[in-house]
Parts: sequence; C-alpha cells; structure tokens
Amino acid sequence: MTETQARLQVKQLSVGYGESIVQHDVSFTVAAGSIFAIMGGSGSGKSTLLQALIGLLRPSAGSVCFGREDYWSATQARQTEIGRRFGVLFQSGALWSSMTAAQNVALPLEMFTKLDPAAIDALVQLKLSLVGLDVGRDSMPASLSGGMVKRVGLARALSLEPDMLFLDEPSSGLDPISAKRLDDLILDLCHGFGVTVVLVSHDLESLLNICDDGIFLDGKTKTAIAHGAPKALRAHCDNPSVHAFMNREQPALEGAGHGR
Amino acid sequence: MAIVSLRGDWLVSEICVDRGVSQLLQGVLRLRGIGFQTDELGHWDSALLVFLSQLRQASAQYKIDFDESGLPNTTRRLLDLLPVTEFSAAPDIGKSSIAQDLGVQVIGVWAEIVAVTTLVGEITLAAASVVRGRTRMRLIDLLTCVQEAGLEALPIVTIVNVLVGAILAFVGAIELRRFGADIYIANLVAIAVLREMAALMTAIVMSGRTGGAYAAQIATMQGSEEIDALRSFGIPLLDYLILPRVLALVSMMPILYLYGSAIGIVGGFAVAVAMLNISATIFMTQATGAVTVAEVFFGLAKSIAFGSLIAIAGCRVGLRAGRSAADVGHAATTAVVVGIVGVIALDAIFAVCANTLDF
Repeated sequence: MTETQARLQVKQLSVGYGESIVQHDVSFTVAAGSIFAIMGGSGSGKSTLLQALIGLLRPSAGSVCFGREDYWSATQARQTEIGRRFGVLFQSGALWSSMTAAQNVALPLEMFTKLDPAAIDALVQLKLSLVGLDVGRDSMPASLSGGMVKRVGLARALSLEPDMLFLDEPSSGLDPISAKRLDDLILDLCHGFGVTVVLVSHDLESLLNICDDGIFLDGKTKTAIAHGAPKALRAHCDNPSVHAFMNREQPALEGAGHGR
Repeated sequence: MAIVSLRGDWLVSEICVDRGVSQLLQGVLRLRGIGFQTDELGHWDSALLVFLSQLRQASAQYKIDFDESGLPNTTRRLLDLLPVTEFSAAPDIGKSSIAQDLGVQVIGVWAEIVAVTTLVGEITLAAASVVRGRTRMRLIDLLTCVQEAGLEALPIVTIVNVLVGAILAFVGAIELRRFGADIYIANLVAIAVLREMAALMTAIVMSGRTGGAYAAQIATMQGSEEIDALRSFGIPLLDYLILPRVLALVSMMPILYLYGSAIGIVGGFAVAVAMLNISATIFMTQATGAVTVAEVFFGLAKSIAFGSLIAIAGCRVGLRAGRSAADVGHAATTAVVVGIVGVIALDAIFAVCANTLDF
C-alpha cells in the first residue's frame, strides 16, 4: 500500500493509563475508503486504542498519522483541525443530554460553520433521514431507545461531512435486525460518501459482513496478534486465540483441557 | 493410590468449608495418588467443588497424582473451570514511605494549583472575548444557566435571608434592651446584613445549590462520554460548558446579594416592629442613617468574588471527576465543601483587609 492510499497509519503505538500498559507496539494501516476492524475479546484494549486514535488519550509511544501528518506531534490548533475531519460514534451514543436529537446534530454545524439556521435545519433533517430516524427528532436523548440513540450518534458523527468515521461497538446492545440495518448503513455510507471507517467491535456477524481489513488485539500479550480481513482470519489464521474467537470456540488452554 | 469415597450430601448450608485439606494431605506424604469413588454421593453444590479444588491444589503442591476420573462428569466439567494452582494474590505494589506519600501529595497539590490557575486565566481571556463580541459561547446556554442560577434560586435566597434578618433582630434585642438602646437594632440589622450576612449566606446557599449542581452535571457528562464527544468535535469545553456557568453565577450573585440584603432588612424590620415594639419610622430612619453606599459596594465586591469562586470550583471539580456514579456524588460533595469553606475563608480575608484599611 502506498502512502497516498493510506488514510490512517499507526506505527508502534503503545497506550495505557499511567504506568499500566494496555496495548503496546501496535502498527497498522487503514486504506482510504475501506472498513477497518479493530477486533479482540472483552478487555483487550480496543476502546483504549480507539481513544488514542481520536485524540482523547495521549499514547505513551508511537505515532498516529492521518495522511502524512502525525496527530500527536501536531500543535493543538492543528489537532483540532484534523479532528474536525473525522466523526466519532461512542459506545453509549454519548448524546448531549440537555439537547434534543436534532439539536445534537445541529450543534457542531452551529459551532463550526457559518450556515444560516434554515440550511443547518435542512442538513440536520437530511442526516437524520439518512440514519433512518423518522420519529423522535425533537425528543430528548433520555426518551430515545438504545437503537435510536446510536442512530442519532451516527448522524451527529456525520454532521461535519467527515471523510473518516470511528465507530465504537456500533451494534452492541442492538437486536439482530437493527444491527443488520446499521451494518448496511455503514456500508452505504462508506461506498456512497467514500468515507473511511474504523470500527471497534466484537460482533462477529458484522465483522465478517462488512470489514475489508482489520487487526486482532490480544489481552494477554497486550499487542496485535493478527492482521487481515475478518473473513480471511476466520479461514486461515493459525493463532489459537484468533481462531477460537472467529469460530466461537473455547480456546484450548494449556493444563485445562477437557477429558483428562 | 488412595481412594477417597465421597458420601452423602455436600451442601454449603450443611458443611463447613474450611482450608484444612492441606494439613490432611501433609500427614500422608508418601501418597502417590488420589482417586475418587462417588457411588454414595448425594446432592452437592459449591461445597464439594471447594473441597475438590483445595484437594487438587494441595496434591499439586505435594506432587501427588490427582485422578479425577472417578468423579461424575458434571463435577469434572465445573472443576475444569477452576485454577489448578491457588489464585495468586494481587501483585505487591510495595509499601511507600511517608516521604514518598508526602511527595506524591505535594506534586498533586501543585498540579492542581497550576490547573486551577490556568483555568482562571482561560476563563478571564474567554470572558474578555465575550466583551469584545467574539465568542463561540452560545447565548442559549448562558440564558439557561442564568435562569438556573438566578430566577430559580430566588425562593431559597428569600427564605434564608429573611430568617437571618429576623434572627439578627432577636439577638440584638437581648443585649441592646438592657441598655435601653432598642432602636439600635435597626443599625445592627442593616449593617450586619449589608456588610456580611447577605453576601455570605447567599454564597453559602448558592454553593450548595448551584456549585454542587455544576460539579454533578459536568461529572455526569464525563460518565456518559458527553465530554469525550465534545472533545472529539473540538468543541471547546470552556466555551460550551464553563463560561456560561461562570458568567451566569458571577452576574447573578450581585443581584442576589442586593435582593438578599433588602429582604434581610425586611425580616429584621418585621421582627422589630411586630415583636419588639419599635416604630416603623424610627427603624427606617435609623437603618438608612447607619449604612453608607460604600458598604453596599463592599458587599457587591464580595458577592462577585464569592460567585466566581463557587462557579470555578464547581466546574473544576466536575471536570476532574471520574466516570462512575460514585464519582458524581463525590464531585458534588467536594464542590459544596470547597465552595463553602472557600467562601468563608475569602470572607475572612475581606474582613482583615477592610479592618487594615480602616473601612
């Protein structure tokens, strides 16, 4: 992959809180226009790694390059500029609880564009329609269902026309049909707008269905143990942890096997 | 090979689960292996698993072969889930010395001082940009905060200040009566309320009401990732969260002070006229003669200082809070405590300064 095709390049990244390292020496490249998966079991550090990618947690080592620019060595003003070009969907949706769904999507537009209120309103309605939110546009987040909160969160992530999306467990807490619709939506956005997507998930179904490439984090060795598309990893990966995860088996642990 | 025969019921409710298994094996060190026979085993629950797990750990320790083939299949499957060796205790972090603890504390305090100073500076700069009309703060946020810190605080500010004025009149009456100086109750009430009590009591009320609310609101936003969402968009927390709150409280406090003073004097007036037999006219003449405009400005200055302290403390405590529900409660408590103690300490500084300046 050449430098120009790479939208995001992560080199030897280490992340952690204080003295405890959560992941170390993680390197990967996300091609422009692809859907990239960060996989791994619960507690393997997927969300922590994501925080370092979106500028919320300073990594203890390594670099995160958008295009050719290293995010963490850029000035704060520049970081804000880079950050404004990507959208983030948080695991809980993280809607601002003091505003309605529509106001949540409108706030970034009000803050960062000079559009008049009518134009903002049109854009907000468009984004909410794109994510399939037909009712509850003027409801407060507390009165929306989990799936609706995720949808509004996605609409808000799309508000500033980002060319890159970070999604933290988009389908967690959704029923299978809603999860499938969300997957389709992500695919449509990726293909339609040419958005690059980085997705943290342990939902096997959506990983296999939509992701072109990915990385598998291991909680024990605290680093990436496999690279590649989820489908390919499922078919070919020899690593027992990855194999077990991808095929929903219990890993064969040393000294605890059955039928001794 | 020794065969352990498990008989009867193994239930937590009936069997004392203890750690004596290791000693049991110590006596028979020559043992090569342990097997099981369970024909007469009755009902069992975790009690049996604890026993077997301890037995397995002990046999691993003494290098005794542990043959679980005699156990029922279901028991073996559960036993497989348990560790063969004992749970290792949490790694010893090592005891830190007093000097080390003290050092960590001092560094923490210094970092907090730097953070608060930076915050105060940033708020000042941001407030200056509001004055110049170049702010990103949204008017609607400011108005919401003004409503919360102003209008909605009126009932409690009224109650507290009326009562304080009334109490001052009663307390004054006890001593002044003895000298036949009843009419000076008016002076006492007016001076005490304008100079001290209205500003102080209003600040204490607002610290508990608004300072605590600021901290809890911002801390809750931490827990629900709302702060992360703001930061990921590059929306400055200062413009969106902090400035509206600080400006609202700083602008409302002087108004609340003036209102509190008026209502406090009304409280004193009511008690003096209705219960202490002082005529209304005399009270008014005495009170207006006792206070100067300078005293009102002194109270206004104090209320502005108190307002900034409460608002900044509330926001700062909220911003440094953790993400759990307990952290929200802790943040609210801390903000209230810091607010009240800070306000009283600041008031003492004002008193000393005023005394030094012969004011």
